[in-house]
Amino acid sequence: MIPIEQYGDFETAWCPGCGNFSILKALKKALSLLDLAPHQVLVCSGIGQAAKAPHYLRCNCFNGLHGRGLPAAQGAVLANTRLKVFAESGDGCSYGEGGNHFLAAMRRNLTMTCLVHDNQIYALTKGQASPTTAQGQTTKFQPGGVPAMAFNPVAVAVTMDVPFVARAYAAEIDHLADLIVQAAGHPGFALVDILQPCVSFNPVNTYAWYKERCYKLGPDFDPTDRQAAMEKAQEFGDRIPIGVIYRGARTPFEERIDHGVQRPLATSRPDLTLLAEILEGYA
Amino acid sequence: MPGSSMNIVIGGEAGQGLVTMGEFLAKALVRAGYEVLVTQDYQSRIRGGHNTYAIRVAPGTVRCPRESIDLLVALDANSLFLHADRLAPGGLALVDLAIGLNGAPGLMIPIKDLCPKPIFENVAALGVIVRLIGLAPSWIEGLIGEAFRKKGDDVVAANLKVFSDASTWAKDQLTHDGPGVQSAKAVKFSCLAPSSRSEKRLFLNGNEAIAFGAMAAGANFCAFYPMTPGTSVAATLISEGGKMGVLVEQAEDEIAAINMALGASYAGARVIVPTAGGGFGLMVEGVSLAGMTETPVVVVLAQRPGPATGLPTRTGQGDLNMALYAGHGDFPRAVFTPGTPEQCFALTYRAMDQAEKWQSPVFVLTDQFLADSSRSVVPFDLSDLSPVADPGLSPEDPAGYERYAETPSGVSPRLIPGFGDHLVVSCGDEHTPDGHITEDLGVRVRMVDKRMRKASGLMADVVPPDFTGDEAPSILLVCWGSTHGAVLDAAEKLRFGGEIVAVLHFGQVWPLDPDQFLPAFTHAKQVVMVEGNHSGQLAKLIRQETGYAFKKVITRYDGLPFTAEYILARLYRTSIPSPSKEIS
Repeated sequence: MIPIEQYGDFETAWCPGCGNFSILKALKKALSLLDLAPHQVLVCSGIGQAAKAPHYLRCNCFNGLHGRGLPAAQGAVLANTRLKVFAESGDGCSYGEGGNHFLAAMRRNLTMTCLVHDNQIYALTKGQASPTTAQGQTTKFQPGGVPAMAFNPVAVAVTMDVPFVARAYAAEIDHLADLIVQAAGHPGFALVDILQPCVSFNPVNTYAWYKERCYKLGPDFDPTDRQAAMEKAQEFGDRIPIGVIYRGARTPFEERIDHGVQRPLATSRPDLTLLAEILEGYA
Repeated sequence: MPGSSMNIVIGGEAGQGLVTMGEFLAKALVRAGYEVLVTQDYQSRIRGGHNTYAIRVAPGTVRCPRESIDLLVALDANSLFLHADRLAPGGLALVDLAIGLNGAPGLMIPIKDLCPKPIFENVAALGVIVRLIGLAPSWIEGLIGEAFRKKGDDVVAANLKVFSDASTWAKDQLTHDGPGVQSAKAVKFSCLAPSSRSEKRLFLNGNEAIAFGAMAAGANFCAFYPMTPGTSVAATLISEGGKMGVLVEQAEDEIAAINMALGASYAGARVIVPTAGGGFGLMVEGVSLAGMTETPVVVVLAQRPGPATGLPTRTGQGDLNMALYAGHGDFPRAVFTPGTPEQCFALTYRAMDQAEKWQSPVFVLTDQFLADSSRSVVPFDLSDLSPVADPGLSPEDPAGYERYAETPSGVSPRLIPGFGDHLVVSCGDEHTPDGHITEDLGVRVRMVDKRMRKASGLMADVVPPDFTGDEAPSILLVCWGSTHGAVLDAAEKLRFGGEIVAVLHFGQVWPLDPDQFLPAFTHAKQVVMVEGNHSGQLAKLIRQETGYAFKKVITRYDGLPFTAEYILARLYRTSIPSPSKEIS
């Protein structure tokens, strides 16, 4: 097991009391449990407070554009399947700006883990509704209440037969760490939607709000039962189940394509003799 | 001299197989030792409409399309109606008996009698064409064998029989009036002059050459979203690159395509992203990210007339400004503008190298004309390629590694993550040398300066424009990209008329090194820019960078490629609406 100290300790730009701190702590714990040295890990992120996470962690990091953490992460996986790749960002980045990428990533099913800090609000831009803000919730920018229905990423992931779908709660650090360990060890695309209070801009979904509602799925729940998983995925109200919602067995993308990813693309060199033969076909 | 080429135009509806027929004929001509240049004109639809596949062929060099037609193969009445007036003196139309010639000089082929089934119609037409132009049938027969072998010997034999019957029929229509001249229904038709070349040529188009140039340079990752005319770069990387270990992923959109490519490039792949104007519009923020994170990426921007969807299947050179200015903020870049398939190969190869060497986005600007223009191409010399820049895999001091270390050249050692204990931290926010976000404004200034120092390196590596002709010409024609061939043809015609002419072609339009072209401008009596857009984008760029103002710019933006005829018709026109521009 790699000592947690190896993942570093950094000053952050997060608000005191932010759920991001516990998520970062859980991620470090998970990496340690997974026995992954910092150089074996790549975290790709987008923009937002959550997307800064890889800067507060010793690891390889590609902190790209808003909404585009997932494409960059998938490109990196295709280039080198030996890297343990995470895409980490907030709900606005992952489900709003990057919504099409989220759908495509689920269809593609490359082996990687998508961690979404889901605080149900845009915080860095000061309090607009996000795709997961509850319908009717008022914000400074939606004073009449959010008119659109909230996006349910977990239910969509179950619908798309994503091989590993989990819902977590940031304050349950050990539980979250365990879910990240399971997600990172599962072949194919893994989604961990992490419910997280925003102490500055979301007065509704507070620590108390989540504490009252979140409950851990017990051994009586079978996450391989897709119908049951769909029911749990849609349970989001007075009670919110956390844990592994769904576990499937779709063949990962990299096993379905027959060339190119057997070894890291960084080590491949063009075979000019072969290229000359190919060009002969144009004569 | 002009006039020695033959222009064969096959016209018909989409779905009639005119491209397949054209490719057979063009490839046979290349194998027979002719030089060939194909121009494809098609509409944005799958079936119907009107398309043409034009083959300009000659024993010697052919550089651009020609407007007049020697042999018009009209697969439908519309093709005859639209193009009969372009028939050159002595030109012929070939039509099915059922269509009729409607007064045009030509031959009516009894297609129904010659073909047991409609599927053989194009092979029958080929039989007539080869007899008319005087091409040995064996060149087509060989291709029929190669193309239909997989379908079985019966299919090959059936096609060969139709081909032979049609050829015999054509022979009976002709009488020899002397060497190379035949009569067809009292219309004289000159055969192709004999070919003399014995060296091999490839038959490929600009986009195929781009894909091969990229592969030769080690490109092994392509992400794309389909968009004409960029798609065939990806298509070639898929059909031919699989064996080379090239991974091609069709992304959900262009934004994903470039961001996937950047993630792959960061992780050590050599990446290329083909697109067209509209798709490139979506990629622009990604270009800026490549600039900020100093991640190598080659974007192939295949131009078609805009704005917006514009003319989706036609050609133009209206996206130069976009390639020059795409992306917010200051960061260095290079823009290559190949003019021929040979240059597509060489300059894409160079683009791959420059992107890695200067850790910057690099553009290859092509257009629909060149993308689809299959030609006889001198085989690429793969034994004499200069080495391509490489990133490092592991450092001597992993703990002290900084992705954005400040250096005199501005180039920080680029390492690939996962091959040692070092960590590679890349960030689209302003960052410290170790890659982490900073809002230290002093660091910000130093990092901008570091990135912009690479511009000097890119400038030192610029491919100089290609100059041909007299050192002190009365007319200097300036151009970039695919316009080169038409300009060279126009220059040749001008010389034939006694003018002293020179041509300057930019194969790279950014950065611009004035020392490489301003002297040529000052030595010429008249300098004329020729480019395929409305505003004279390169002319304006040159003025912006050097103060040099072109007095005449010949523009074209009707979606068609330049021809010598088009340029010459506008060169001497005096009534121009503005002193710096001519509207055609």
